[in-house]
This record gives sequence, structure tokens and C-alpha cells, in this order.
Amino acid sequence: MNARSIALTVNGRPVNGTADVRTTLADFLRHSLRLTGTHLGCEHGVCGACTVLVDGASVRSCLMLAVQAEGAHVRTIEGLAGPDGELHPLQTAFRDKHGLQCGFCTPGMLMTLVEFLEENPDPAEAEIRDAISGNICRCTGYESIVAAALQAAAEIRERRR
Amino acid sequence: MRAVGRSVPRIEDPALLVGKGRYVDDIALPGTLHAAFVRSASAHARIAAIDTAAAAGMPGVHAVLTAADLRPVLRSLRLPLGASPTSSENSSTPFVLNGHEAAYVGEPIALVVADTRYEAEDAAGAVFVDYEPLPVVADARRAVEAGTPAVRTELASNLLNRMMVAFGDVDEAFAKATHVVADELWQHRGCGHPLEGRGVLAETRPDGGLCVWSSTQMPHDLFHTLAGMLGLDENCLRVVTPDVGGGFGPKYCIYPEELAVPAAALLLGRNVKWIEDRRENFLSAVQERDQYWSLEVATDGDGRILGMRGRLIHDQGAYAPKAVNLPYNSASAVTGPYVVPAFAVEVLIAHTNKVPVSSVRGAGYPQAAFAMERMIDLVAARLGIDRVAVRARNLIPPEKMPYTKPLKARSGAGIVYDSGDYPACQAEALAAAGWHDFPRRQAEALAQGRHLGIGIANAVKGTGRGPFESGVVRVAPSGRVSVFTGATAMGQGLATALAQICADELGVRPEEVGVIAGDTAFAQFGLGGFASRQLVTAGSSVHIAAKAVAAKAIRAASTMLDLPEAELELAGGEVRGRGGSNRGISLAEIATRLRGAPGYAFPAEIEPGLEASIQWKTDALAYANACHVAEVEVDIETGHVGVSHYIALHDSGRLINPMIVDGQIKGGIAHGIGNALYELMGYDEEGQPLTTTFADYLLVTAPELPRFETLYRETPSPINPLGAKGVGEAGTIPAAAAIISAVEDALRPFGVRISQTPVTPEFLFNLISKARAKQRAEREMPA
Ligand code: FES
Ligand code: FES
Repeated sequence: MNARSIALTVNGRPVNGTADVRTTLADFLRHSLRLTGTHLGCEHGVCGACTVLVDGASVRSCLMLAVQAEGAHVRTIEGLAGPDGELHPLQTAFRDKHGLQCGFCTPGMLMTLVEFLEENPDPAEAEIRDAISGNICRCTGYESIVAAALQAAAEIRERRR
Repeated sequence: MRAVGRSVPRIEDPALLVGKGRYVDDIALPGTLHAAFVRSASAHARIAAIDTAAAAGMPGVHAVLTAADLRPVLRSLRLPLGASPTSSENSSTPFVLNGHEAAYVGEPIALVVADTRYEAEDAAGAVFVDYEPLPVVADARRAVEAGTPAVRTELASNLLNRMMVAFGDVDEAFAKATHVVADELWQHRGCGHPLEGRGVLAETRPDGGLCVWSSTQMPHDLFHTLAGMLGLDENCLRVVTPDVGGGFGPKYCIYPEELAVPAAALLLGRNVKWIEDRRENFLSAVQERDQYWSLEVATDGDGRILGMRGRLIHDQGAYAPKAVNLPYNSASAVTGPYVVPAFAVEVLIAHTNKVPVSSVRGAGYPQAAFAMERMIDLVAARLGIDRVAVRARNLIPPEKMPYTKPLKARSGAGIVYDSGDYPACQAEALAAAGWHDFPRRQAEALAQGRHLGIGIANAVKGTGRGPFESGVVRVAPSGRVSVFTGATAMGQGLATALAQICADELGVRPEEVGVIAGDTAFAQFGLGGFASRQLVTAGSSVHIAAKAVAAKAIRAASTMLDLPEAELELAGGEVRGRGGSNRGISLAEIATRLRGAPGYAFPAEIEPGLEASIQWKTDALAYANACHVAEVEVDIETGHVGVSHYIALHDSGRLINPMIVDGQIKGGIAHGIGNALYELMGYDEEGQPLTTTFADYLLVTAPELPRFETLYRETPSPINPLGAKGVGEAGTIPAAAAIISAVEDALRPFGVRISQTPVTPEFLFNLISKARAKQRAEREMPA
């Protein structure tokens, strides 16, 4: 063990912990912080299931070390709904449009799309497909995910008005 | 409003959407140790020595276990045949750990148990295995040739099984044929790749028993295998399927790791967890891989099929964890929705030094559909008849339903297609696809140098395999309604569908029904998830059980309210008098009374408990059918195939939840498109896997896919009380055949024939280049 103490913010809460220098951010979130909503589908950076936001940008948490997150703001699926439990428009849309089956890719899909819709509030279908091209889903055939993203985008635009 | 037939939102989703799912690796038990496997680096070698000393001394390591170490807690080192009535081992079932002769790269040899997964993996890398190389057989066709060395030295022959699947007088059919077409086909299906790999957590219990969580489709099979192999009292064992991140077939097997991890837990007296990584999944989760078909089709002058014959070589890999039903499925399903009077296909099942083979979504049926549909396209091309006309001439007409294929299913029952109108399905799909207008669009595109093609494929799939699935419906004294079943949820939405079925009978809403699936502590009997069976079988059991509970509630209420049963109805969670009577009693109160109280009177002629347990039995299959039409554009300079339109018509009987059905179909199509164009599990001649990451093995992603247009006909199946047919595999089965038909159509100007999956850009580029060179040579040839 070559442990370091680290301090970061996770879903708005300050966290102090220790992590072996080689521990990935994904394992730190899942096993040290017990935030098991972030999933691991490949552990080699291709499937996107482990996507979280680090300082607002999507990151594959299987490819980042926990110690690299020192001082960062990390956002995971557990931080997506409001403090009162109100679902994010993407979460609602995924349920309405059947954007998930087994749910294993879902956290990564949601976090990827959260970032994407913040930057592209009025996306075309093809842009959404490109945005999730780094996220593998074996269950859905993606169409329902794309439909969910379109519904969420409309809802987010509506709320901003 | 009744829930069945409506797209009610899934009851699974609220937890999954906020990160509160509970997959096996999410379960944290105190004091859990972590396992990593040492796997063979050689496709075939005698294991001369295993040196564990260095690994054992590494930080955090509790034990390095070999086959010899596990032997004391195992009845045998060899697994029994999975999913079989006898459960005995044979010379092709896998080993829990193999300490003597490795037969594929990835075969488990030893197991390291350490404080963390990181430390376990470090130490696994430090176990030294001395391999003495033995000859490797990587090609199934070579495996069955005389003189080829055995893939395991214990085998006399690589031919695991040889069978003839036949009916009618095929020689006579060929003798009187006007045309005979022949082809050699190679089909590769690849791996299942649920996004969540396999994983096992074994908890030691104070009574000396175990609780085992596994990401499996088969909890009850695992339960019985563990009880037998570990010699555990069944009453001290529980197997639980937690949330499962996809099944797709590979989790239908019982694996060495599912035995080794619980055995290690017993041996060490500690909780032990193993979570597969993706590389391990490539190296050790079953694959469906390769079939080589040689086929001949005999027709009359109009393209009517008279007979079909040939041979199928099925690559079984190094072991057969289950009985080899899959190639039988392929051969017995190849004639599909068509009338074929005479048929004879010899099936050769060959061992190779590769990862063992069992089912991947479709389980032999996609190959069957591919073989048949490619042959029909060939008949059409040779006879100069339109592809859809040949199909229409040969489809089983609706007036012949139910239609018997003179073959037997695994249960011994005849193969009887129960319902459906195949010609109407094809006609409707073609109309939706604009098939008859396509030649014009194709010609216009070609004039601009663009190569469009359209393809079609029909398919049938026997669904709802028996013999039964369990369904228990219980109302607790709290009023909580629960369904317990041995069926296994692996992401399809099974809980929602069962809740809908139950809710309608009990007059409650689906979200008020809790479903516990795949937990041996709650369901004594169960078979599990395979063969698109669970909605049909478990759904029928739940339907009947819920009806029984409703009837019992009314009977009990009749006594309690002193009203005749005929004047009572069940709605909104209570039994009340019909026609606005204000007398009523809630299900909770009835359940409380039926719980009994010490020494107090109990309603006469009513059994305790507001519950019913049903195992609806069947040996017949409900046959779903489909017609897919695909449109593609091929870039002839790069060999790239773009799928531009996709129409899928399915008759899956009565739809319980159309939204879930549509999700299953679309996901299945994506899988089939992957099989057609992208997914290739590569091996070199020494049996070394060449594709062990998602960067090498391509799963289809969103930009490659068009929007799918799905259409449904609902011909109720007459053989189950729901009228339902399974949908888990139906979308996959015709997809690759439709895509390849379209690619070949796009390349018509080059006159090429495609007889394989997958077709990569490189393959197509070479095919096109060769055809163009030939065309050039012909043009330049002096007349
Ligand atoms: S687990 Fe990180 S990209 Fe797949
Ligand atoms: S919902 Fe299962 S992988 Fe996407």
C-alpha cells in the first residue's frame, strides 16, 4: 500500500479519504465511498459505463486515479436528482421512453448526456447519437436512449424559459 | 384500467435511475476477501508444475488455491452437466480448477484470495505455471478430420457428437428436382457481452452453510450444483440473483468460478467475492462462435422447395458445459417458416482448443435463419425469380396452422407451430418498407454512383420452453402483494410484466406488487432464464396463481362479511359488495385473518394464508415469427456498410407490455446487426484469442444504427393462458440474414455472393476488388 489522503467534493459534499495511489477513481467511489451507482463494464476505457463528471467534464473513472481527483468536484449518478429527490429531466425521460433495460450502462449514459445537454440544449438526433458513441449499451439498441435525450432536452429548454 | 396490454412504466426503473441498483459487486459484506483467477496462457498444454510460493508471500494474500487444495471440499473436480435432468459429469464437462492439462487460453488453473482485488490480481500474476505445449486444434473443420490430434488427451476423438436431423425422402426430392443450388456458409456469432460481466459472492453462514449471490440466469441450477458438489445440506444453502446487468445467454451456464469461489469460502471460513473483468469475460465466458454449413436445396421450376440436405460442423470449444442442444436447435430450426417436404442435415459437433461454446441470444436460431434465407436468395438468383416471390411460394400458409414439422423438440414433443400468418406478415413488412418501389430508388442512387441494397429475412422462434416455471402470489397481512418466481430477471423488465399480470387479477396497480425473482429462499422451484421462456411460463403461473388468490379472497370475504360470493367483487385492494354496497374488507384484513391467531376460531373450509403457488406446465412451444427488411448503402471504395432503414415486423402473440416488447426487439436487432457487420471473436492458429478488449471486438454503438421501424401483429398463442409468445431473442434471429441479403443486393453490379457473417469492411473491400478486376479482365479480353 502506498496510501495518500485525499480531499475532494462528491455530489456537493466534502469528502476526506485515503486511497492507495493506484486505486482508480471508480473503485474509490464504489468501494471506499460506497457510491455503487457508478458501474464498471470494461475497466479499459471503452464502454463508458463508469462515466462521471469531474469539475463538470465527463471522465471515465476507470481510467483516472482517485488521487488525481484531489480538490476536484465529482458528480455521480447519486447526485443527479435534486436534494428533495426530484428526478433530473433525463432520469424522468429515461423512464418514460424505456431508455434502460438492465440499467448497467445507465449511469454512464446519464452522466454523459448531462454534460452534453448542458452544452447543447437543442440537439439533433444525430448529435445525440454521436454524443453517446463512447457509451456501449447491449440491451436497448440505443433508440430509446436517443428518444429520452430528446425529451429531456425539450424539458430542460422549457424550464430555462 | 387493466395493466396487461399497456406500456406501464417499469417498476425496476426508480432504483436503477438513481444509482440504487444492487448488482453483485455492489453488495458489501464485512470481512470479504477478494478472488482472482490464474488462467491458462496456453491453448493446449500439460501443466507440469504450479509454483505458488512467491504469490503466497505477497501482501494481503490469504491463500493460493489449486485443484488439489479445493479437492477436499468438492465431490469432484469436474462439473456436472448443466441444465440436465441427470446432473452427472462426463468427459466433456469443465473442471472447477484444472491442474493437469489446459485446453483453452483462459481456463482457470488456480485461485488467489487476498484482502483486495488489486492484491489478488498482483499475486495471480506471480503464480508460476510450467506449461508443456501440446498440439493445438483451433479450427472445427480440421478437428473432425482423421489424424488430427485430440484437443484434450483424455479424448479419443474431437467429435463430441454426430447426429442426423432428417425427415421425408430427401434422395427422392433431389432426384425429381428441376434445380439444385449449393453453398458453403460460415457463421460466426461472437460473444454475449452483457455489460456487467459475471460475478460471485459467497457468504459463510454460522450454520456452516453458504449464501451465494451470482450474476446468473440460472440460480436454481446453481443451487443444486452447489449442494451436490459441496455436499451441503440444501437447508443451509441459498442462491440469490441480485440485479443482473444483462444475460444474453452466457449466464445460462454454471461456471467453474461459481464453484471455486464458494469452495474457497468454505475452505477459508471467510466471505469471498470474485468480479470478472472484461478480459476474463473474453477468455472464459461461453461464446457461440462458429458453424460451418454445406447445404443443397432442391426446387421445382418455380422455386418451390422440394428438399434440403447437407452438413453442419459446430465448433464446441474445449468443453461442453451443457448438453449440446444448440446445434440441434440450428439444424431442426433451419427450415423455419417454410414448407420443406424432405430434409436431411448431418450435425458434427467438434471440440477445439478455444473457449467453450453455449448459447448467445438466439442460441442456434440465428444461424438457422441465416442459412435458410441465404439459400432462398440463392434459389431466387439462380432461377431469376424475385426473392420475395420465392419466399411467398414456400411460406407455410395460415390455413395449415397449427403446422407440424416432422421433428422432435428437446422434450420429445413434436415441433408444432401453434399460430401465425407468415405470408401476411411478409406482405405487411414489405409494404411498410416500400419494397416494390425500391428498384427505382436503387437505380437512381446507382446513377449517382451510390450502391443501395435491400434485404429480407423471415424467422420463427419456439419460445416459452418448459417444463414449467414457478409462480407464487402472496398477500401479506400488511396488504403487500408479492410475486415469487424461479424465473430470473436480467434486465428485460420481467418484474414489471409479472406485476402487471398479478395486479389485474387482484385489482391493484402494478407498482403495488413486489416481485422477487431468482432467489432460492423465496421460490422452491425454478428453472431460470433461457429460450425466451419466462413471460410465457412464469407469466402463466402467476396469472393462474393470482386468479386463485383472488378467488380465495372472495371466498374468505364472503364468510367474513356474510354475503354470497356472487355479490362480491375485488377492486382497489379490497373485496366489497357489488353495486355500491358500503360493506367491504381489505386484502390486508383478509390476509391478517387468514394468518390465524393462537387458539382463536378460523374461517371454516378455508386454508390458512392468502396465497397460491402454481407451476404451470408445458412441453409445447409458442412460436413467434418475424419478417425483417433492411436497407443498406455500401461504400465500394472502403467496404463500409451503412444501415439506412430497418423494418421489423413481429408476431409475438399477445403483448403484455408493448413498450418492453419493443425494447427487447430493438435491442435484439442491434445485436443481430453487430453479428452481421462487427462482432468477431478472433483466434490465431495456436488458439490465442486476438480480440480481448472492446477496442478490438466491436460492439455496435449508437451512430451506426438507423431508427428501427417496428410493427406488431398479435396472434394469440393458443397454448398458454396469456396468449403470449416470448420476445427475448426474436429480434436477433433474422437480423444478420436481412443485412447480408441487403449488402449482396447493393453489390449486384459486381455479381458477388456472400455466405458468411460477419462481413467486415476489409472482407467486402477484397470481395469488391476481386470482382472489379474480373470484370475489367473480361472487358479487356479480345472478343
Ligand atoms: S468501465 Fe470505464 S470505460 Fe468501461
Ligand atoms: S440497459 Fe443494459 S447495457 Fe444498457
